[in-house]
Amino acid sequence: MATHKGKTNEPFWWALFGAGGVLAAFCIPVLLFLNGLAIPLGWIEPPRYEDALALVQHPLTRLFLFGLISLSMFHWAHRFRFTLYDGLQIKHLNFLVALMCYGSAVVVSILTAVVLFQL
Amino acid sequence: MPETITLEVFRYRPEEEQEPTFQSYEVPFRKDWVVLDALNHIKDEIDGSLSYRWSCRMGVCGSCGMMINGDAVLTCAAFLETYLPGPIRVEPLANFPVVRDLVIEMSDFMEKLNRVSPWIIPAEEKPVSEGEYLQTPDELEDYKPYSMCINCMLCYSACPVFGLEPGFIGPAAIAIAQRYNLDNRDAGNEQRMEVLSDDEGIWQCTLVGECSAVCPKSVDPAGAIQRYKVTATTEWWKSKLMPWSQ
Ligand code: SF4
Ligand code: FES
Repeated sequence: MATHKGKTNEPFWWALFGAGGVLAAFCIPVLLFLNGLAIPLGWIEPPRYEDALALVQHPLTRLFLFGLISLSMFHWAHRFRFTLYDGLQIKHLNFLVALMCYGSAVVVSILTAVVLFQL
Repeated sequence: MPETITLEVFRYRPEEEQEPTFQSYEVPFRKDWVVLDALNHIKDEIDGSLSYRWSCRMGVCGSCGMMINGDAVLTCAAFLETYLPGPIRVEPLANFPVVRDLVIEMSDFMEKLNRVSPWIIPAEEKPVSEGEYLQTPDELEDYKPYSMCINCMLCYSACPVFGLEPGFIGPAAIAIAQRYNLDNRDAGNEQRMEVLSDDEGIWQCTLVGECSAVCPKSVDPAGAIQRYKVTATTEWWKSKLMPWSQ
């Protein structure tokens, strides 16, 4: 069995990054198409407000939306961390950059949870 | 068809000059000549003091890599014709210290290569009398693309992350590690993971992909790195969630 002797945390962030990337790539185009094009342009019948609300209130939908938004944020955070790290050459601020990026993802995730569960 | 073409060659002779300079040489233009032929012509006919590495002239030894007009290429595979009308700028491989002229210092790469144990580490050594370690064509296919690496270091020159982080173990070393990890006769995964999944290993890679774009042997080091990130991440989560499985 392979081991990680070094105390790297990268696999943790990379897993969130990878999951967020895959989920976003598969789901966001579909959601954008439905909610951003097909429904506003009248290509498909818009759902009634009550139905849409009932759908969003379903625990599985909430879980899905939470996962999608939160993991997409972690995907962004990881990318952005490396963009700042390499792009601006601020590796001495590594900890601060990571804190800011992943911290934003955590904050947005918490806000998402609050909003979703208040609906 | 022009008669001649000009090469602007990077010169650095540490005993004579502090700063590198460029020297122009006019060489005959021939359709069947590659940049390496032009350099050999310069060395033989014009200026014997020019230093550079080469050996096989057929894309096998991996020693003739240079920057041609800013791109990392094997000079034995770079036809003069591609660069008409010239001039052609010839520089040593980027991201490496220069020893002299077009010769770079590569001991850092050799050390990194060694760190990934690039040889088969069998689970247990069989006595010769028991015969060969057999392998099916499918098992060979698993690692074959990675075994094509000729250690030319073009991928290190093309990698912006290596340029910024010289500690990064780099594309070829990781691809070569995978050449052995994915070989069913090998059991060295564990010891390689310590090196590869270190902060100076795969996690430095931001998937720019230039390594795979410049590789003359289609090794696809970027693919090797991504694949290894999945392996290392899976092992990491396993070790956290199921510590008893270690
Ligand atoms: S991976 Fe390709 S570019 Fe890199 S050293 Fe090997 S052959 Fe050269
Ligand atoms: S001289 Fe051997 S690879 Fe070009």
